Amino acid sequence: MLIARVSGTIVATQKTENLSGMKLLLLEKLDVATMKGKNDFLVALDAVGANVGEVVFYVTGSSARLTDTSKGKPTDSTITGIVDNIEKEGQLIYRKSEEI
Amino acid sequence: MIFGRVAGTVISREKADKLTGARYRLIEKCDQKGTELNDFLVALDMVNSSENDVVLLAQGSSCSWTDITKNKAVDAIIVGIVDLIDEKGKLTYKR
Repeated sequence: MLIARVSGTIVATQKTENLSGMKLLLLEKLDVATMKGKNDFLVALDAVGANVGEVVFYVTGSSARLTDTSKGKPTDSTITGIVDNIEKEGQLIYRKSEEI
Repeated sequence: MIFGRVAGTVISREKADKLTGARYRLIEKCDQKGTELNDFLVALDMVNSSENDVVLLAQGSSCSWTDITKNKAVDAIIVGIVDLIDEKGKLTYKR
């Protein structure tokens, strides 16, 4: 899974039938060493109810269709977790409650 | 598979992969000498690895081919802890 920050939402009223009702979020990939954005974006299907600003992880490829929300949908990237905290080399480099 | 070094842990309570009690490891990709490559990902720990271990990572849909991850939305898992890497007869990494 890759780590990203939700930086926006996508609205696409004209889309394939079985994607209707799905929430599409704009994700910016994060450089975990600095927790800064890599200026590299993607659109992912939201399966966990993530909000803008939150750090999440997402799956790509066929695994993206293995959540209940995305089963049988033409998605190749699905958010599967909202990150609460990241510990790296014994240090807390990210905590959801207060942005470090 | 690729090499990675266990750099830490990622905690996520709100998840959609239907895995309970799963441990998500923060992994930094590394080469066969164990040198870090400043490229991070999150992987499900299937082998109880510890910090700084060099591990083997499987990625993509093959990740759902273990009992625990069957039909689960996971695309990176740790499948082994590396003890030793030998390249052209020379030891490049030892645990």
